[in-house]
Amino acid sequence: MGVIAGLRTSGAIAAGKAARVASRMRGGGSALPGLVAERVDPAILQHTLGSLPRGVVVVSGTNGKTTTTKMVVALLRAHGLRVFTNPTGSNFTRGVISALLGEVGISGRVDADVAVLELDEAHALKFAEVVAPTHALLLNVARDQLDRFAEIDHTARLLTTLAEQTTQAVVLNADDAFVSRIAGQLAPGVGVQWFAVDPAVADRLPEIQEADVRFDDPADAPTLGDQDGLLLPHDERSFTIRFPGGVDVGPLTLRQRGLAAMINATAATTMARVLLGPDWDAATASSALEAVHPPFGRGEVIDVDGAPLELVLVKNPAGFTVALGTYGNEPVATMIAINDNYADGRDVSWLYDVSFESLRDRGVSVTSGVRAWDMALRLRYDAVEVDRVEADLDTALDAFLGLHRGEPTRIFCTYTAMMHLRRRLATRYDLARFGEDPDA
Amino acid sequence: MSAAHKGEVHLVHLYPREMSIYGDLGNTRCLAARLRWHGYEPVVHGHHPGERWPAQAHLVLGGGGQDSGQVRVQDDLDRQADRLRELAADGVPMLMICGMYQLFGEAFITVEGRRLPGLGVLDVTTTGNRTRMIGPVVLDTDFGTVVGYENHSGSTVLGPGQQPFGSVLHGEGNNGQDRTEGARTHNVVGSYLHGPILPANPRLADGLLEIAARRVTGEFVPGELDDRIADEAHQRQVVRLTGRRR
Repeated sequence: MGVIAGLRTSGAIAAGKAARVASRMRGGGSALPGLVAERVDPAILQHTLGSLPRGVVVVSGTNGKTTTTKMVVALLRAHGLRVFTNPTGSNFTRGVISALLGEVGISGRVDADVAVLELDEAHALKFAEVVAPTHALLLNVARDQLDRFAEIDHTARLLTTLAEQTTQAVVLNADDAFVSRIAGQLAPGVGVQWFAVDPAVADRLPEIQEADVRFDDPADAPTLGDQDGLLLPHDERSFTIRFPGGVDVGPLTLRQRGLAAMINATAATTMARVLLGPDWDAATASSALEAVHPPFGRGEVIDVDGAPLELVLVKNPAGFTVALGTYGNEPVATMIAINDNYADGRDVSWLYDVSFESLRDRGVSVTSGVRAWDMALRLRYDAVEVDRVEADLDTALDAFLGLHRGEPTRIFCTYTAMMHLRRRLATRYDLARFGEDPDA
Repeated sequence: MSAAHKGEVHLVHLYPREMSIYGDLGNTRCLAARLRWHGYEPVVHGHHPGERWPAQAHLVLGGGGQDSGQVRVQDDLDRQADRLRELAADGVPMLMICGMYQLFGEAFITVEGRRLPGLGVLDVTTTGNRTRMIGPVVLDTDFGTVVGYENHSGSTVLGPGQQPFGSVLHGEGNNGQDRTEGARTHNVVGSYLHGPILPANPRLADGLLEIAARRVTGEFVPGELDDRIADEAHQRQVVRLTGRRR
C-alpha cells in the first residue's frame, strides 16, 4: 500500500512540476500547477507536510493574513529555523501545493523544520481535512466578499472548526469576540495564547472590527497570562510587545505603518514565541520584525522616476478603513481603482461602510476601474472632490502619474485592479515579479 | 447655505447595528444628504432594540442582516409591529431591504419547514432555500430603471393582488421564476437590492423623500441637484447588464 501511495505521490509531483515549468514560461499565476497536482493526488500535502518536526502552522482570518504570515516566517527564520511557506499571497490549498512543488524533491520530502501557511477561512478547512495543523493563528473576522462566504457568522464557524482540528496550540485575538469565543471549543490539551491591544487604545478598535451580535451577553474579555502578547503603541510608528512573563519585544518600528500592522506583528510574535519555546530571543525577534518588507499591494512602494508610489490593496470595509487611517496623516495625491470581478467581491455595497472623510481636504485625483463612477458617487456622499473619473485603468494611471509627476502618490485598489496596475507598472519600472519577494 | 430651510424631515433607520450588513446604512446617508441638497433639514434616528420609538418618523428604513441579527431584533420588532403597520397604512414612506423586507412580509418558512410570522405589511411569503441568489440586478419600476445587487437565500412569492416593486430585466428577483422583484404597498417598498440601492438610483431616492416632504410640509420644492455622477454610474450598470440604455 505504502509503495503504491508513494508512487502516486511521485507521479503527482512530477506532473505538477511540469505544469509549474509550463506556467512559468507563460508568465502565469501561481495556482495552476497546484491544481494539476491536486487532481493527481489530493493527499500530496499529507505526505510532504505531515511529518515536519516543528509542525504545521496555519494563519487565517479576514484581514492581515499575508502580512502576519510573512512576519511569523521572518521571526522563525531569524531564530535559525528552516521554514516552508506559501509566499505568493496565493492563499488557497492549490497555492500551497504550487509552492511545495518548488521545494520538494521527487521523493516528496521538503527540506524544512516547520511550515507556515496563509489560508483563507474556507480553504483552511479543506487543508485541515488533509493535514491537521499543529498550530493555528486566528486573526479576526470581518465582512469580506459576502458574495463568496455569505455571512460573517459563517466565517466565524469556519475558523472555529479549524481551531477544533488543531492539535497543539492556538493563538487567538482577545479583542475580537468572533475569535476569542473560539477558546471554549478546543480539543482537550490544546493550549491557548492570546494577543491583545492595550486597553488605552482599544477605542480605536471598533473602526477596524466587526460587532458580534450573536449573543445576548458581551464576550468576556479573556484574562491575559504571562505568555500572552500585549501591544503597547507609543505613536503611529513605534510600539512595544509586552509578555508579562518575559522580556519586552521593542520598542520597535515596522516598515509598514498603522495600528493594524502593529496588531499583526503582535499576533505573529505571540505565535513565534509559542513555537520557539526556550529558543526564543526578544532582541532577535525585534530586529527580524523591523526588517520585514510589506507584501506587495500592502503598502508596497514603487519608485516612479524618483517619487514614491504606494500601492494599497483594499478588499473590505475594515481593510479600507485601516488603510485610510494608516495614511490619513500623510495625505498625498490619491487614485482609487475599484473593479467588481469575483476576486474583488462583485458587490460594491461595502464602499458605503467605509468613511472617506479623511480624503476630504486633499480630494481624490482620479477614480478608475469598472466601478469608477460608483466610487466617485460614494465620495460625493462624503463631500470628497474627485477631479477625474476614468474607468479604463491604463488611461487613468497615465493621467494620474502625468498630473503628479515628481510628487508622492498613492493608489487604493481592489485585487484585480491592483494586479492590472502592477503589471503595467512592472513593465516600466523595476519591480519584483509576483511571488518573488525581494527579501525572500 | 443653511438659509431658508424648507422643514425638518425625520428619518428612522431600524436596527443599524444588527440589520445593515451590506452597506444599507448608505441609503439613510444618501437620503439625509439629498434632503440637505434639496434645502430640507434631515434628522436621523437610529432605532436600536429596546429603545423608545422616536417622537417623529417621516421616513423609515431597514436593511439586510444575518440570521443572528434577525433573531436579535425579533422581540423589538414585535413591540413596534402595531405602530409600523399604522404608519404604513397611513402612507409613511418606507424602504425595507433584504432581511427587513422579509420581516415586513406575511411569513418566513425556514429550511426546516417552520413558519415564522412577519409584520404582514407586505403580502409576501418567503421560503428559506439552500441555494443563494447572488448577483447584479436591473429592474423596471415606477421610479424608472433601478440597479442594485441581490444576495439572498430566501425565495419570496407575492400574495394575490400584491404589487411587486419592479420587474426583473437582469438578475433573479424575488424567486428566480416569475420575474418580479420586491413588493410595494402604499408607500412601503420592500426589495432585495443592495448597492446600496438609493445612491445610484436618484429617482427612487427622491421619490421616497418627496412623499415624506409632502406629508411634513404639504409640498415638495426640489433643489437643483447635480446627479451626473449618479446617472453615469446608473446607466453604466444598465448598459453593461442589459446590453442597452434604457
